Amino acid sequence: MNLHEYQARELLRRAGIPVPADGVATTPKEAKQVAERLGARRVVVKAQVHAGGRGKAGGVKLAASPAEAEQVAAKILGMTIKGLTVHRVLIAPAAEIASEAYVGVIVDRTTQSPVFMVSPAGGIDIEEVAATTPEKIFRARVDARYGLLPHQALGLAFRLYDDVTMARQAADILQKLYRAFVDAGASLAEINPLVRTPQGEIVALDAKIAVDDNELDRRPAIAALRDTTAEEPSEVQAREANLTYIKLDGDVGCVVNGAGLAMATMDLVKYYGGEPANFLDIGGSSNPEKVVSALQIITADVHVKAILFNIFGGITRCDDVANGIVAATRRFKVDRPIVIRLTGTNEKEALAILGGVGMTALTDMDEAVKQAVAMAKGAAA
Amino acid sequence: MSVFVNEQTRLVVQGITGRDGSFHTRQMIDYGTRVVAGVTPGKGGQKAEGTVPVFNTVAEAVAETGANASVIYVPAKFAADAVFEAADAGVALIVCISEGVPVLDMTRVYPYVKEHGARLIGPNCPGLITPGVGKVGIIPGQICTAGPIGVVSRSGTLTYEVVYQLTRAGLGQTTCIGIGGDPIIGTNFIDCLAAFEADPATTAVVMIGEIGGTDEQLAADFVQAKMKKPVVGFIAGQTAPPGRRMGHAGAIISGSSGTAAEKMAAFERAGIAVMKRPADVVPLLKERL
Repeated sequence: MNLHEYQARELLRRAGIPVPADGVATTPKEAKQVAERLGARRVVVKAQVHAGGRGKAGGVKLAASPAEAEQVAAKILGMTIKGLTVHRVLIAPAAEIASEAYVGVIVDRTTQSPVFMVSPAGGIDIEEVAATTPEKIFRARVDARYGLLPHQALGLAFRLYDDVTMARQAADILQKLYRAFVDAGASLAEINPLVRTPQGEIVALDAKIAVDDNELDRRPAIAALRDTTAEEPSEVQAREANLTYIKLDGDVGCVVNGAGLAMATMDLVKYYGGEPANFLDIGGSSNPEKVVSALQIITADVHVKAILFNIFGGITRCDDVANGIVAATRRFKVDRPIVIRLTGTNEKEALAILGGVGMTALTDMDEAVKQAVAMAKGAAA
Repeated sequence: MSVFVNEQTRLVVQGITGRDGSFHTRQMIDYGTRVVAGVTPGKGGQKAEGTVPVFNTVAEAVAETGANASVIYVPAKFAADAVFEAADAGVALIVCISEGVPVLDMTRVYPYVKEHGARLIGPNCPGLITPGVGKVGIIPGQICTAGPIGVVSRSGTLTYEVVYQLTRAGLGQTTCIGIGGDPIIGTNFIDCLAAFEADPATTAVVMIGEIGGTDEQLAADFVQAKMKKPVVGFIAGQTAPPGRRMGHAGAIISGSSGTAAEKMAAFERAGIAVMKRPADVVPLLKERL
């Protein structure tokens, strides 16, 4: 789960990192009030959406007065950035900048530990720095059992600032960033830019935190930060039903158990000349209600021309899936053809349940995918 | 022969009285696995599935029964401690089935397990099976048959699909290992490939990867440098859009190093036969046996 910038700033502030005062607005009028309250000569108005490249898309603008902040906010609110509508803007004082750095910590799969990255080339995407001037990125691996060691923090800080007073300030920020990262259950926490002001203060001007979804159960305060208005409504509905669903552009709706098999099924749809309408994993447990929810979500997609079930029973029992399909067709109209492939645990029972309502199932994955693709094409013709 | 699980495996089930734990204990026993103990704190002294003694701690279970392998079915929030406990008790093979383990927990668990000389498989994995000998985890026994093929996979049900295709074609398996789809896992492709290369009974290996991370690329380098046995590979997620989480936390295409195209190219460069779809596994293997 990604946090919005204003949420990430608040977490860093609570961790003791210097972050300039700010405010959030959902209307231009509110934006003006926030700018007045901040009392700054100039403010920056920033779109709060889960997308990179906000600046390039016109979602970040300066304003020289509260009145101008209102005008700028009116332009940014409601605009679309990478398919996401802007519902909120952040207003913060425009800082004076002597230099910009990047600091971040991620969970790195290769070293299997948190890794810090810092760069004196801040203010631009770290991916861009990595591509053009990789020698300007410095890393330190953290043993999660001991945390970021003081000498590691100071060593990284000296990569950013020669002056020891400044380096100590930065090292303190790195320690606090690591604590905020752990406390949030994050997989990524970064400050870009970390700014040195002409007065020699070091402050965080932007913040990004991505939380590991597996942490949310034990961190209700973080889970409460989820902004469902920033997500595809069908994906929100799916998550509430404990399904993993990602909407795509094709016309073959897919219902599969297991993420790997779900991806392989989409790949096979493409292999046989079709286009998958979605990724959908009903997960390991076998609750017929999940299947009903899955069919609800897929039939709500008007682009879907045929529905393909690919179930390999293990923990998931095929009879539970069959019961779910039958229950769904009784509760609402499934007006698209369904091709069912199921094999594995309780396959025979499932075939009997489907047979009872005049439905059939295949046991071969390739055959099922071919039929579903042909049906989608037939319906389109 | 086989890898990691054999006739000497004596298994303790952590979370044996839970819903998943009890169901799969029955399945493992029925398959012939030597389940010597179970652990559920507070239920020590009871019997699970009629015959398996239950202990309060893994240390007691090991002391009393000589268990040398553990399988973990506890809820995700207790999984990290369950792994620590098994490592402290001196268990050599720890298989963590639990799904949804926070990745920061794994950053603490992994070095600890390594320092204790134990092998961790998972988390978020289906475990492993040596057909005809025993299984540790949840892979359905009836889809497997004994034979010369080693299977290693990041997926669960996709592994079943490929094994099912192998078995239907008469290609049996030495051991099938599901290493799990999370970003940080205890045993990776290279560990399994090395074990299969060293196992005299294994004559060829099937490797099933997916988008995200660089494990498959590193595995390809290993195959090229260190393996004589033929390897057939598959990558799930060829049609996945970049940057979207596809169910497995590990399956995030980050930067340019995690796409299916890149992984398949790495396979080809390393001389690994690339499957376009699961059903290709049979003809590709038959050409190489």
